[in-house]
Amino acid sequence: MRETATLIVRRGNAGEDAPTSSYEVPYTPGQSVLDGLRFVRANLDATLSIRHSCISANTCKECMIIVDGKVDYACTARLEPREMVLEPLGNKAHLRDLVTEITPPDERMEHALKSGLGKVVAGA
Amino acid sequence: MDVVQLETDVLVIGSGAAGMMAALEAGKEGAGVILADRSLIGRSGATIMAQMTVAVALGSQTPDSWEHHLADTLAAGRELCDASLSQLVCEEGPRDILQLDEWKVGWARNDDGSIRQALAPGHDRPRCVYVDFLSTGPAVAKTLRGRVLRQKEVTRIGDLYITDILLTDGVATGAAGFSLADGRPVMVKAKAVVIATGGLTRLYQRNSASANMGGDGYALALRAGAELTDMEFVQFFPIGHLAPRLVGMDPIMWDPFRYKLGGRLLNAEMREFVNDYGNEEAGTYNVTRDRATFAILSEVKAGRGSPAGGAYLSFQHIPAETLRASFGPVIDRLAANGIDLTRMPIEVAPIAHYHMGGVKVDARMRTSVPGLFSCGEANGGSNGANRLSGNAITEAFVFGRTAGRTAALHARAAGNADAPVPAGALDLVSAVAPEHGENHAGLIAELQQVMAVDVGPFRTEDGLNKALAAIAVLKTRVGALPPGAPGPYNMARLDWFDLRTMLLVAEAVTRSALARKESRGAHQRDDFPAMDPAFVLHHTVKLAGDDIVLGRAPVEGHTLCEVA
Repeated sequence: MRETATLIVRRGNAGEDAPTSSYEVPYTPGQSVLDGLRFVRANLDATLSIRHSCISANTCKECMIIVDGKVDYACTARLEPREMVLEPLGNKAHLRDLVTEITPPDERMEHALKSGLGKVVAGA
Repeated sequence: MDVVQLETDVLVIGSGAAGMMAALEAGKEGAGVILADRSLIGRSGATIMAQMTVAVALGSQTPDSWEHHLADTLAAGRELCDASLSQLVCEEGPRDILQLDEWKVGWARNDDGSIRQALAPGHDRPRCVYVDFLSTGPAVAKTLRGRVLRQKEVTRIGDLYITDILLTDGVATGAAGFSLADGRPVMVKAKAVVIATGGLTRLYQRNSASANMGGDGYALALRAGAELTDMEFVQFFPIGHLAPRLVGMDPIMWDPFRYKLGGRLLNAEMREFVNDYGNEEAGTYNVTRDRATFAILSEVKAGRGSPAGGAYLSFQHIPAETLRASFGPVIDRLAANGIDLTRMPIEVAPIAHYHMGGVKVDARMRTSVPGLFSCGEANGGSNGANRLSGNAITEAFVFGRTAGRTAALHARAAGNADAPVPAGALDLVSAVAPEHGENHAGLIAELQQVMAVDVGPFRTEDGLNKALAAIAVLKTRVGALPPGAPGPYNMARLDWFDLRTMLLVAEAVTRSALARKESRGAHQRDDFPAMDPAFVLHHTVKLAGDDIVLGRAPVEGHTLCEVA
């Protein structure tokens, strides 16, 4: 029988209680946790938000999450054929699912607005 | 719903080397600049993924001149280079490389203190500067980011996804998009807009760049009414890592290994085969990317590929001490992945790496739309049908700087500060629609599969038509509106916008490839295997309503091949 990894993923928006979703991912040796999460998004549940740019070269450093209680990059943490608990970073503002606010403070929209580059208006 | 309205002189979209150079230069000219990126500033895109070589005629260790570099660039481009753009890269490249040196990027040195230059495939002499194997791109990105941080005219905004260029009476007057962190619609009014979004490698299942390079700039340009050129020429990097699987390594990591140590490309019979295809590789790494890709895939097609469907790359003939001396820490990272190069070959195969085609610009980086400029890999023309190794970062510097200057001058002269905002500009990014029955991440994967199979390095009329049909079906499945409502980091919505872009760009590539009934450089047709002099021309692409319209344009100045 084919082995699977069970990813137990913290879901939800900032400030919400912490529901989790559980996903069964086919396991092949040599895969990363990010490979597993990308499989989930393309095949099981596209509403799961994760953040990454470079896809497993460990260059962009955007995919940092908590894997089984430890801070790690999803692209270098190995997927394993067992239950794995994935959570967003605890020391950053939570945005959605596994995504936290990792943009430097002076590169955020709020900073641009405070710098006098624009304003927020009520939309249609 | 609240809407963010920003205003600036110059909006630069994309923050790889080209975008950061453009922002720096526009700021230097006194323009206010917003440098926007859909991901983190200076960390997304292709620059940070660059491994090693940057081609430039410095002549620091072997006499050289930009004319020699140009001759090699034009030869690699297989008669399709827009020579005025290629010349700009080769002639002005040294200035930017020395500027980066002054900014302490850390180009590798010879013992006598001169900047070291390595020999790369397609070059007639050692011409490629580098910082260190595997880390040139990160060093370049970090250096430029450091400069951008100190340029007071530049405001950096990460996680800002641009969806469309705003037009007022046919002139670019800003852009619409949304802030990823909270989903709020964003309008940026700008007197000049610079596209610096890189290429389209994400269209392919296996690629060497970042996940955010799905051709954003091409779609932005097309929808704004600008013209694209040479869209059929997608460069495949011949020796992308294929097997065994490894984590935390860039798939093009074998390039520096080959620069330093050669290495042997072997087929399933463990026989070297590259020279069976008219090449003359002898211990060194000198065969251009289009030819090496052709050789590997031809072996696979003949049933002599490696088990995973590529070729073997072996360093087994190289002593362990030499491997360690050349690549110390990397050898340990490979060991952690169960790879011992002294005992086993690895498997490699061509992977999508770079796009020669792109936005059509003149030598001042002006597109056919007033107020809209483009630079870096997003541009087409400078590399013809095949890019010479090492030219990508150089062109990012030169084109970025040029675009920044032109945009700043344009902004200074532009009188469109009070241009009316086009009606409905934020409709799409504000839209609220029912959750969609389709999984758009899955549709992206389907498109990547279609492109890999039928619009890859080898193409046929049947395959390309099949791809067009598949793209048409995918278009009907996307839906007219992004699913759900704007919100914090809503990736399902992000996927919808990405797919909207990727399908348009995929169709532009496929239609251009179908029209080119010959084989040239990175575009190989099984049904038209020879190069045909009648196709020394550019295919251009425009949008008329929702339809892609192909055109033809003459090649400017390719006879300059004889300059050196």
